Order: sequence, then C-alpha cells, then structure tokens
Amino acid sequence: MSRKVTYANDKGGYQTQVLIKSIAIYVALILLTLVCLLPIYLLFVQATRTSVESLKGFTLIPGGSLFKNFETLRSKSSYEMYRPLIGLKNSMIIALCCAALTVFFSGMTAYGLVVYDFKLKGPAFVFIIAVMMIPTQVTSLGFTSMLTDFPIIHKSLLNSYIPLIVPAIAAPAIVFFMRQYMLSSFPLDIIEAARIDGSGEFRTFLTISIPMMKPAFAVQAIFAFIQKWNDYYTQSLVIVGDKDKMTLPMMVKAVMNIKNDPDYGANNFAVFFSIIPVTVVYIILSRFIIGGVAAGGVKE
Amino acid sequence: MATAAQSRIKSVSYAKYGYIFILPFFIVYFVFMLYPLIETFRLAFYGNGFTDVVAKKGIGGHNFVGFENFKALLFGSCEGKFSNFNANHSVFFRDFKNTIIIWIGNFIPQISLSLLLAVWFTDLNVKMPGKGFFKVVMYMPNIITAASVAGLYFALLGPSHYSVINLLLKTKETGADPVKWLEMNSVWPARFIIMFIQVWMWFGNTMIMLMSGIQGINESLFEAAEIDGASSSQTFWRITLPLLKTIMVYTLLTSMIGGLQMFDIPYMLNKGTDLNGNGIITSCETVAVFIYNKFHGNDTSKLYGISGAASVILFIITAILGALVFYVQRDKDAIEKNRKRKQAIKEAKRRAKGGGFSI
Repeated sequence: MSRKVTYANDKGGYQTQVLIKSIAIYVALILLTLVCLLPIYLLFVQATRTSVESLKGFTLIPGGSLFKNFETLRSKSSYEMYRPLIGLKNSMIIALCCAALTVFFSGMTAYGLVVYDFKLKGPAFVFIIAVMMIPTQVTSLGFTSMLTDFPIIHKSLLNSYIPLIVPAIAAPAIVFFMRQYMLSSFPLDIIEAARIDGSGEFRTFLTISIPMMKPAFAVQAIFAFIQKWNDYYTQSLVIVGDKDKMTLPMMVKAVMNIKNDPDYGANNFAVFFSIIPVTVVYIILSRFIIGGVAAGGVKE
Repeated sequence: MATAAQSRIKSVSYAKYGYIFILPFFIVYFVFMLYPLIETFRLAFYGNGFTDVVAKKGIGGHNFVGFENFKALLFGSCEGKFSNFNANHSVFFRDFKNTIIIWIGNFIPQISLSLLLAVWFTDLNVKMPGKGFFKVVMYMPNIITAASVAGLYFALLGPSHYSVINLLLKTKETGADPVKWLEMNSVWPARFIIMFIQVWMWFGNTMIMLMSGIQGINESLFEAAEIDGASSSQTFWRITLPLLKTIMVYTLLTSMIGGLQMFDIPYMLNKGTDLNGNGIITSCETVAVFIYNKFHGNDTSKLYGISGAASVILFIITAILGALVFYVQRDKDAIEKNRKRKQAIKEAKRRAKGGGFSI
C-alpha cells in the first residue's frame, strides 16, 4: 500500500483519525475533570446532611440540612474553637496585607536591581537566587526560637501577626519573577525621560513603573494571597493558644482534632465552608492564575 | 545608546538609589529568614529540652554538645546521657524512607499524567473546545488549602462509620468493621491515599508548566515532522521529549525539594494530633513532620537539638539538589560567551604587555 496511490482518499481517513483521537482525548479529559471535582462535590453532599441522615444510605443528591449543620457548629460546645467568621476575617487580614507587601516590595527590589547600576548588584541578585530554594521547614526551629524572645526588644512575638505579615516583604521567588518581567517588557528609556522632566526616583517608581507593571503585580498578588491564605505551617508556629487570632486552616485542623463524639455533619460543613472563599477567588481570577503559572510565576 | 562616559556618570550618580530600593528586602530577609536559619544551625549543636533546662526566656539549650545530636540521629550510637536520643535514629530514618516512598509514588504518576495532558493540550491537530475550562478545573485542587484537602479526604475515606466509603459499604447498618485505611497503623493504603492526594493537588500545576515548555518549542519542528509522516508517538519521543529535557529535569529537582518539605497532608490526614504529634499515621510521617514534632511538642518532649540537627541535614540535601537545579538551568551560551570574553581580555592584556616589552 503505497502512500502515493491512496493519498487522495487518505485525506478523509486522516480527518477521521483526528476526530477519533479528539474524542478519545475528550473522554479522558472529562474523566479527569470528574476526578478533580467529585471529591469536592461529595464533601458538599455530606455537608448538606446531618450525620443521622447520612446513615440512611449514601446518595449523590444533596440533602437539606446545610443550615442545621451550621447551627450544630455554633451551638455544640466542643466546636467552640471553630468560629468561621473570625477565622475568615483573620485569614483575610493576613493574606491581604501579605499580598500587598509582597508585590510592592518585590517590585521595588526588582526595580532597584534592573534600573540602577551599583557595585553589589550582581552579588545581591545571586544571593536572591541562592536563597530562593531554602525550605521554610529548615528555618522554622530558629524562627520559633527567635519569636519566643525576639532579639534586641526581648519580647515574645508569638500570637502576633507581625511575624506572619512582615516577612512577606522579602519574597525571593517573586523578586526573581518581577525582575525577569521588567527585563523583558519595561522600557528603561522612560526612566531617563522622567528624570529629564524632573521626576524624583521614588516618584518615577510609584507613578510610572508601578502602573506599567500592573499585569505582573496582579498575577503575583493573587499568588501571594493564595499562598498565605493556605500557609497552615507558619501560622501554626506563630499563633499558639490565642483563639481570637486563629485562621481558617487552623480552625479546620481544630475541628479535625475533636476526639469525643464529633458530629460528622458539622465537621463536613466546617471543611466545606473553608474551601469556598479561595475557590470563589480562583474562579473569578482563573484566567490570570493559569497565565501566571504558565509564565513560571509560582513554585512554592 | 549611551556612551561609556555617559553610563559611567549615570552609575555614579544613581547608585545609591539602587541600594535604597533593595534595602527593605534585605533587612527583612536577614531578620526573619537568615537569622532563624543561623539560629537553627546553632541549636543543632546544643542540648535538648529535658536534659538541658531552659535557662532564659528563649527556647533551646545552652549546653554546647558538639556533634552529639547528629551522632544520635545518624548513627544512634551515643552513650551516657545522650543514649536517650538513640531512639530518634530509627524514627528519623523511618520518616526519611516514608518521605522518599511517598515522593516517588506521587512523582511518577504525576509527571506521566502531566506530560500526557500537556502534549494533548498543545497538539495542533486536536480540536478541543473548552480547553480553558479543563485547565481551570485541573489546576483547581492546587489552590485549596491543604488543611481543607486533608479534611476533605478524611471525610471521604476516614475510618469512622460516617465517612463516604463506609456509608457506601453500609458498615454501621450491617455492624461490619469500617474500612480503616486512615488508621494510625495503616501502611500502604494510607500511603497510597497520600500519594493520590499529592498527584490530585499538583498535576495541574506541573501540566501547565510543561505546556509552556512545549509551547516554547519551535512550531515548525512539529509541522515538519507531520509533513514527513511522523506518528504522534514518534513526534513525542523524537521531538517533544528531547527538547523538554531541561524543563523536565528542573521539574524533577524542584519536585524533589518540594517532596522533602512535604508536611501538610501527612500531618493532617488523620483523626487529629496532639501537641506531641501523637495520632499521625506512622507510615506517612515525613521528615518535615519529624522536625516539627520535635520542637513544637509540649515542654517535656521538646528536643531542639535533635530537631535542629535534622533541619541541618535537610538543608544540606536541599542545597545539593538546589545546586543541581542551577547546573541544569545555567545559561550555557552566556557562560561560553563570558569565558570567551575573559579569554579575549587576557589575550589583549598579554599582547599589550608583550607589546610593551617589544617596543
């Protein structure tokens, strides 16, 4: 069967081949979509039924006790740790402050590294790259030790938001990303022009370069927000015992920790509720987020 | 184009702003990250909680013990008062083994799946409406808080009669034993569940990274292959994969570094842990959990020295992997250029010198 002879007909055959392949891929993708979404849906179903109702047998149709589970959470004494609105507020404060600080100061650092020429520019950049991969887990012992008796001021910074928010100023990975972005798409001539027009260096940064870097800032702000929102590890190191300062992930953990007679309907509601905020943010901003990952923006 | 003289003036007059702009980053970095790192290293050489009572307000011992913590951890062969810590040796190695098993069991399926999906998504021939939707859905598990993911899977697969799996099996009704995959001494079922969760959480991320890698490959190569009649598997093995090598190695190494830090899911996928970390499924306890438990426990069991030593070991492994990342990612052309430039300068200097002598 030589190709030459059948070429004219092959066109049709080729098309069907592509069609079959497309359908096969499509089916596989739909299955994967189910794998991604089904666990979340099952949790939702469980959250809408009390534990007694759920014993009647499992169905995929949600029940009507979502609110009842919420009431159980609020009234049952073993769930006093779980105060979703306070957790939501605390997580929000931390994540928003961190996102703002991270993008502003990372942008500033990257700007300093790209725009100016100075002796330590090279070493500073090498340093930032080198520390990018140090895991949090390695520093956490020293971090806790430092917080219990903070050097110089000799005060405990445990149960305070300072150690959760201020470190956001130094985000090596985001500085790296911003620098790459500036190098590729920031015209340095414009700074020269601003100087000639008499603009000070900080004013140039604030009023000219930040607006121009908006896309990069937006993407990195979203990532910083999500990352800090999810950062149970650091939060559990810093917030020890102060119930008013607990964040949403910590409350989820507290609910899972309940030993005597947990109400599974309430548990499921608690977990489900904690998924909602970040999922909503994600769905609204998903286009940016996917674009940001593709640009190599994140690697925790 | 600025002349050499102009740029020299520029660098002289504005250099200080460069320092000012990068200063906040470095101050905060030194205080909140570098100092803790040094403190961790220091504590690794000092005594542990209950042999060396906390003297000042800060934590950690004040007895310098040299390499005893490392010896106890790595060889378990300490004598005298340090023999207490020999038990940590086997736990540390067990946790290391767990970490590696779980990492391998998550990485291989993850990279295969991500690669397959990335190839599908970038295939020019496959008509695929709703591509964006699939990408969004597949990345979604990555943004959910790990604590919630643990809670989610515990609600589905946990050992209580009320978890979805046991509701499906009607264990409460029939009085049968509930499925106990996530009980403390469960080994492979628990590991498989954690591997699955890790794949579930991360394959979307890896897929998108690989996709941008494939999109970086010159399109005409694929077109040429197609015209020459290459099948899709030939295109994959002969073009896509070899050209993706760098990004694949990068993914491998960063995933290894990430795998060594695996904490949230192994720590939280259980009935609940107390301050000392009791309640964790032992077959899933990772190195990061080990470090955390040793210093985050309550006062009687705080082993700062052991925890510090384990941190230092983890740091060294990470540093080696990190160095490999740089080696792989290095810009070969730039290095070659730099080398040539230096050589040329040397050559010029030598010639100038030689010239000086000859005249």
